[in-house]
Parts: sequence; structure tokens; C-alpha cells
Amino acid sequence: MGDIISIVGPTGCGKTTLINDIELFATKNTPSERTILINDEPVPEDFTFDPSKHPIALISQHTNFLSDLPVGDFLRIHAKVRGADNVDTIIEETLDFANQLTGESINRLTGMTELSGGQTRSLLIADAVIIGNSPIILLDEIENAGIHRTKALELLKKYDKIFVFVTHDSRIALLSDFRIIMKNGSMEKMIITGPEERRAAMELKKIDDVMLEFRRLIRAGEEITDEIFNSQIKNLAYSN
Amino acid sequence: MKLIIFAGPPTCGKTTVIRQVIKRILTKNLKPSFIKIDVLFADEDETIAKDFGIPTRKIYSGELCPDHCNVVVLDEAVEWAEKQGSDFLFVETAGLCLRCSPYVENSLGIVVLESTSGMNLPRKIGPMLTLADIAVITKIDLISQAEREVFRYRVLEAAKEITVVESNALYGIGIDPIVRKIIDSKEVELPMFLRGNPPVGTCTICVGKKEIGAKNHFGVLRTMDQDLFYVGE
Ligand SMILES: Nc1ncnc2c1ncn2[C@@H]1O[C@H](COP(=O)(O)OP(=O)(O)OP(=O)(O)O)[C@@H](O)[C@H]1O
Ligand SMILES: Nc1nc2c(ncn2[C@@H]2O[C@H](COP(=O)(O)OP(=O)(O)O)[C@@H](O)[C@H]2O)c(=O)[nH]1
Ligand SMILES: [Mg+2]
Ligand SMILES: [Mg+2]
Repeated sequence: MGDIISIVGPTGCGKTTLINDIELFATKNTPSERTILINDEPVPEDFTFDPSKHPIALISQHTNFLSDLPVGDFLRIHAKVRGADNVDTIIEETLDFANQLTGESINRLTGMTELSGGQTRSLLIADAVIIGNSPIILLDEIENAGIHRTKALELLKKYDKIFVFVTHDSRIALLSDFRIIMKNGSMEKMIITGPEERRAAMELKKIDDVMLEFRRLIRAGEEITDEIFNSQIKNLAYSN
Repeated sequence: MKLIIFAGPPTCGKTTVIRQVIKRILTKNLKPSFIKIDVLFADEDETIAKDFGIPTRKIYSGELCPDHCNVVVLDEAVEWAEKQGSDFLFVETAGLCLRCSPYVENSLGIVVLESTSGMNLPRKIGPMLTLADIAVITKIDLISQAEREVFRYRVLEAAKEITVVESNALYGIGIDPIVRKIIDSKEVELPMFLRGNPPVGTCTICVGKKEIGAKNHFGVLRTMDQDLFYVGE
């Protein structure tokens, strides 16, 4: 298993800017005027000029595609660019991954521009992990896309990569190996997730699962009766 | 004199890229001048003169095809820039015609394409792309990384030898490699020649014959089913 790192901080503190800088290998040429080094060294030029050598995939906050191509054609070209040899299997695997995160499934013939916000994010994540196969994956607010985020975390953990999550979600933050706290555009502090926080994370997970279950019920058109409410709340070992 | 010709569809970001380039050229104490060629309206010359204090001109092609206009005025433009004591002449073309290309031998041809314009754009714009030296892909801040890679592939598929540069031109990301290419480019020599082959024949429509139908025209023609044929001397 790889590393999971979270970046947290209030809205507008510069989280997205930081991961964009990392992906672009900023050299004082972005609004932050940051320089990105790899192991204290400047970044080799072919990382920026040859996409197949680029070690970082970025899944931005974008929730729509602009490409006027069917999903299958798009993935085929991207797999080719990334030097895959068994293109068909890889496309299959990518769609399969994406479809585990969405409600309505995506197929090869769907136009990229027809996908919903959640479908778009799901496909971007699957594409970055499987087709991009980049060792480092940066994800901006994975929780805000209406996708199945716990399922996403679970699937992602199977891959041996460094994941960097920009997140406002306490559960994702506490499941990380460490988190970077940002303020006023810079990295202020780093906290390694210790045993106490891990225990807290387990408890929060229960509350979160209950919230997710309510969400599922509401989405499925259920009414929340006293009976349903009480049976769910029991899972938290509280009662009312 | 180094002649740098920028082409690309309207609103693709030509002016934004040029402004970022000029900013960097000036910090190296080099002397650029700028010409905008357009059909009916342009104000780039005024804003660039005001913001950077460099010599600028605009040329309206009016009745003339703007690429045609480019061909007939460019020698005078280079002489003008020489008189201004410039090292570089940047030309922003109107970027309308998809059959011609404005690049000149020994100039540096830069085509600007916006990444938001759809995956078929590189296949549609012909010599404006295939005869260029550099393709600058702008507005990468508006699309996903995966789409960027696929768009770049489509550009390279249409123009195999081209140098691709991806840019968020608003912030000047990706501009430095363009500036390096510009500084390393060749000096133009007079007389100058258009790069590549212009469209076939002399166009009777361009010279004002409005009747529809091959029988009303001369030069290189075709009908619905017949391939190219020639009528005339
Ligand atoms: N280090 C920095 N120096 C200068 N400007 C910065 C810096 N970091 C961020 N900014 C600017 O601050 C603004 C907000 O930054 P950003 O979008 O990265 O915030 P965020 O933390 O992702 O917010 P949100 O949680 O709302 O997504 C942007 O305009 C960005 O250019
Ligand atoms: N988001 C974004 N907008 C851009 C970029 N480049 C140009 N623009 C915007 O696109 C519009 C047209 O740009 P302009 O340079 O005038 O295009 P021109 O007609 O080709 O000269 C302007 O509103 C620019 O601010 C870019 O890289 N990213
Ligand atoms: Mg953000
Ligand atoms: Mg312009």
C-alpha cells in the first residue's frame, strides 16, 4: 500500500493552488511564485514535455468534460498516449472502476460531454489510476462530486501509490498517514495521524456510515420513520 | 530581424500569449515591435503600445482576404520594424482562413489553439497547424489533465514534427519555452517567400465573379462528381 496524505484548511487558503503547482512543476511561474523540487533537485524537462513520463495525475475540481468524443474513443487515445499495450482490457478495467463509484453506469458509446458531474469525476479518477497509472495522484475534493467516496477510498487503497487528497472531510483527513494544514497560501503545519486520532477515526466512521445510510434511503425515495431512525441510531450505541 | 507570426482562430488566446511573450522579451533588454492584421476591427496595437511602450501598428485588410493582405504587406512591415530599431517583429494575424497559412520561410510560425475547442479542431484547420513550428495549446486551466493529453495527441497526429507547448496564458504558464524558441529563431532574409504551397490556382471568386457553377468560372475547377480539371490558357 502507498501513502495517503491530506491537505486541509479553510476555503481560499490555497489548497488547489498548491496541488496545481505540484502538477505543473511550478518554477516561480504561477500566482504563488512557488518552485517545486523533487528530492531537492529541479524537475527534469521531459516530465513536462512528454505526458507518458509525467509522474503525477491530477484530478481537478472540474465536473464536466469538453471533449466531443465518445468515452471509448477518448479512453483508447489516452491509453495509447500512456503507452498501454493491452488497450481493450485497460478500457474495460477503467470503466469497471468508474462504474463502481457512480449511480448510473457509463458505457463506451456515451459522449464525454453527456456525463453527469459524478460520472465525470468517477471516470477521471479511474482514468488517472488505471490508464495514467501515475505513481502520484492528486485529488481535489473527491467528496464533492456525489460519488461513493468510501468506496473510492477502498478501491484506491488497493493501488500502490501516493495519494494526496485536498479535502474538507474529517474522515478522509483522519484516514491519511499525515495531513498538511494550510493557511494564507502556505503550508503551516503537518500532523502525523497517531493512535488517538486513529481511534477517533473509527468512531467517526460509524457516524459517517449512518449519515451515508440516511443519504442512501433519502435518495432511494424512502420516508424516514421513527422506526428507521431508531434502528440506525442504535448503530452508534446511542438511543433516544 | 526575426519575424514571429502568430495564427489561430479568433479568441484562442493569441493576444494573451503575445503579451506574455513581450513581457519576457523586454526583461531581456531585447526590442520587439508588434503588428496586428485584421479584417474590420482590432485594438491590440493600442493596448500593447500603452502597456509595453513598444512600436505597434495595425493593418485592416478590409475588402481583401486577411491572409492575402498579410502576403502583400509583410515586406513593408519588416522594413517598418527595422526602422524602429527592433530585433523582433511579432505579427498577430486574423486567423480566419483554414486553407491558407500566413507563415514565411525563416520566420517562426506559431499556431495558437484553445484546448476547449473540441478534439476535432486539429483535424480541421489544415496548413495553419501543419506548417507551423510551434503549437501553443491555451486554456489548459479549463480542462482536465486527461483531456489535455488527448488534445495534445490530436495536435501531434495532424502535425507530427511540431513542438507542442501547453499554456495557461492568463498566468503565463508555459510561456518560457516559447520565448527560448523565439530568441533562437532565424533572421528573415529579403525577398521573403511564403512557406508551403498556397491554395491551388487563382480564384475567380476572390476576384469578384459571383455566378455559381463551374461553367461560369475558369482556372482549376471541379463539379460534384468530377475531380479537379483546368479551364483556361
Ligand atoms: N501561495 C499563494 N500565493 C499567492 N496567491 C495564492 C497562494 N495560494 C493561493 N493563492 C490564491 O488564493 C486564491 C484561492 O486559492 P485556492 O483556489 O487554491 O483555494 P482552496 O484552498 O482550494 O479553496 P477551496 O477550499 O474553496 O477550494 C486563488 O486566487 C489563488 O491564486
Ligand atoms: N482561462 C483562460 N483564458 C484565457 C487563456 N488565454 C486566453 N484567455 C482568454 O481568452 C479570451 C480571448 O483571448 P485573446 O488573447 O484576446 O484571443 P485572440 O483573439 O486569439 O487574440 C480572453 O478573455 C482571454 O483572457 C488561458 O490560458 N486560460
Ligand atoms: Mg480548491
Ligand atoms: Mg487578439
